[in-house]
Amino acid sequence: MGERIVVAMSGGVDSAVAAALLCRAGYDVVGVLLRIWPSRRPAAAERFDACCSPRAVEDARAVAAALGIPFYTLNYEAEFDREVIRPFCDDYAVGRTPIPCLACNARLKFGSLLDRARGWGAELVATGHYARVERAPGAGRSLLRRGVDPRKDQSYFLYALTQDQLARARFPVGAHTKAETRRMAAALGLPVAEKPESQEICFVPGDYREVVRERVGAALRPGPIRHLDGRVMGTHTGLADFTVGQRRGLGIGAGRPLYVVGLDAASNTVVVGWDQDLWAAEATVERFNYIPFDEPAGPIRVRAKVRYGQAEAHATLIPRGAGRATLRFDAPQRAIAPGQAAVCYDVGEPDLVIGGGTIAAAAGAASSAQAGRGKEEG
Amino acid sequence: MRAYLDYSATTPLAPEALAAMRPYLEGRFGNASSLHAWGREARAGLEGARADLARAVGARDPQGLVFLSGGTEADNLAVKGAARHGTARGRHVVVSAIEHHAVLEAAAVLEAEGFSVTRVPPGGDGRMDPDAVEAALRPDTILAAVMLVNNETGAIQPLAEIAARCRARGVLVHADCVQALGKIPVDVEALGVDLAAFSAHKVYGPKGIGALYARPGTPMTALVHGGFQERSRRAGTEDVAGAVGFARAARLAVDALPQDGPRLAGLRDRLEAGLLAAAPGVRVNAAGAPRAPHIANLAFDGAAAESLLIALDLEGVAASAGAACSSGSLEPSHVLLAMGLAPERCASSLRFSLGRGTTADEIEYTIGVVARALERLRGAVPAGVG
Repeated sequence: MGERIVVAMSGGVDSAVAAALLCRAGYDVVGVLLRIWPSRRPAAAERFDACCSPRAVEDARAVAAALGIPFYTLNYEAEFDREVIRPFCDDYAVGRTPIPCLACNARLKFGSLLDRARGWGAELVATGHYARVERAPGAGRSLLRRGVDPRKDQSYFLYALTQDQLARARFPVGAHTKAETRRMAAALGLPVAEKPESQEICFVPGDYREVVRERVGAALRPGPIRHLDGRVMGTHTGLADFTVGQRRGLGIGAGRPLYVVGLDAASNTVVVGWDQDLWAAEATVERFNYIPFDEPAGPIRVRAKVRYGQAEAHATLIPRGAGRATLRFDAPQRAIAPGQAAVCYDVGEPDLVIGGGTIAAAAGAASSAQAGRGKEEG
Repeated sequence: MRAYLDYSATTPLAPEALAAMRPYLEGRFGNASSLHAWGREARAGLEGARADLARAVGARDPQGLVFLSGGTEADNLAVKGAARHGTARGRHVVVSAIEHHAVLEAAAVLEAEGFSVTRVPPGGDGRMDPDAVEAALRPDTILAAVMLVNNETGAIQPLAEIAARCRARGVLVHADCVQALGKIPVDVEALGVDLAAFSAHKVYGPKGIGALYARPGTPMTALVHGGFQERSRRAGTEDVAGAVGFARAARLAVDALPQDGPRLAGLRDRLEAGLLAAAPGVRVNAAGAPRAPHIANLAFDGAAAESLLIALDLEGVAASAGAACSSGSLEPSHVLLAMGLAPERCASSLRFSLGRGTTADEIEYTIGVVARALERLRGAVPAGVG
């Protein structure tokens, strides 16, 4: 038996193939599934159908049985609620647009699961993410790279992993395209080879607003919708219902398209403006995690993006100390939303992740985001 | 090396039971309710099994035993069947808070139907206090359900005393004896209970069959309707092979009890002593109660039961904790919680249950595996969080 490794399985094809590849590589593979839904409320559980639903447990168990590896369902109900769902709702309540996958990866899969794995004699945890991790020659640091499939790359959701976490993380499918992954699953006869892709936030069955209202509804109050020019244009239903860049749902006719350009928690105000007001060249970023090196002394050139489904743009990253930084794009970006992640890649090696952080504000103009509601599985 | 210490979850089929069943799965396959020779042959097997099982549980009248699908169905038939038949007297049921889920959930169904249910907690040692049970009785109480041996702690309940007090008040008594049969002497007449549940696969019999003892004349409404099998108390073609295997296994277990009981108690005591000595922060749950010889329930401070069970499984040691839900992940034990133990202690407790195949080597191996797992689990330093 080779080195023991724990694989977080979701019931999907990517983590199934990840487990299969590790078996083939000679590891002593232990499959686990993080159960996040309440176990004694099957009706409610059925709503979580994207990943780790009861159906997903059966799928993952079938894959583990086909591979001949032990498989355990772990009770992550309370931890997931505390580390992921609650911060997600709290962020929305104060006008930010969070990405729950970040905390799930950094605090659960590569946080407490890594701790538990140690107790089982495993120093490594693997997932089905499309990303690659490797050891830098000489320096001994772990590097994070994009998955080789440009359309599936999930490095954006992993930038927050520390050196210790990366050193113990494995992403076996990151070296393959999604098409290859499916082919391998079919060739291995894995029962999930044909399973469709999941695109939703795993704990949000429909509209995220319902989840937020259920949790922090009491904190949501109606307030003014104010135009950048100072005019009050209407009343909103609560900051959590809005995201920077949003156009629909304002309930105001202005003759030309009106957008949410900012959410001011202090005054409970939804700030609106025109398309031109959405563009900003600068973002201030917090809790920036640098991967190939420690926080540099001076500015560095990077290629960066401020939401997952976006192409990178050239920018200068200016470290401000203590994880704070300013990201100055060469050209203005549309809808930079506080709460989303700014992730930077190397200019010379475009697949190398430099690091990333949480967007605190867009500078130079009102900020924003639109598609970036974290609506992509990560 | 491997060690199966989960005999309270289920046991392997005794070779003698399998041998007894075989003819009824092959040549003597008839339907016990049929009029012809094949039917008579099957009927003879079934009634022989009923008589054997009656002797094993101390039932004077074998016809008091109803064969059904297992302990869960027996508990359901007892609780729902007796309560629903007794509504002329009232609509109140008393259960101990440490009952098996089969009793607790059946009571919850009654509650949804408009019955009122009183759940009586045990003492801190896992034992029910007869005074507390008696205090819960009301003029409209139909039934009280208290198990003989708790399936998680092994604590033996003062059932005869409880039954006497209930019967003096005209209240029916149901005793889940699933974990008692073959582990301690069971005599339904001496216990003075009206109803008692038994399961085959806990005593080296086949899965899928159990029995409910109902003292002759105990009123009961059937749950399963159809033919007139089992005196109309449980419809459905009788599982003759299952009944024969059950009876054979039960007789074997009861006959071997004078030797097996002390042997298991010795191994159990060694396991507890070894675990207590192997690491700090280990405590025996229900230590103060008289206990059946085959169950050890221990708390391991600072180790989550789920993680510890996995660590043990990876080393080939089978134990259990709480009740596994459908997905296979764990909830804290309602039994330990009802005993008033701190939630953290409940969440770090495991049940080891010993059986016929358990050896001294397996016990020593298990002690070593638990000690190593505890060291690793307690030493796991949180990874840096970004």
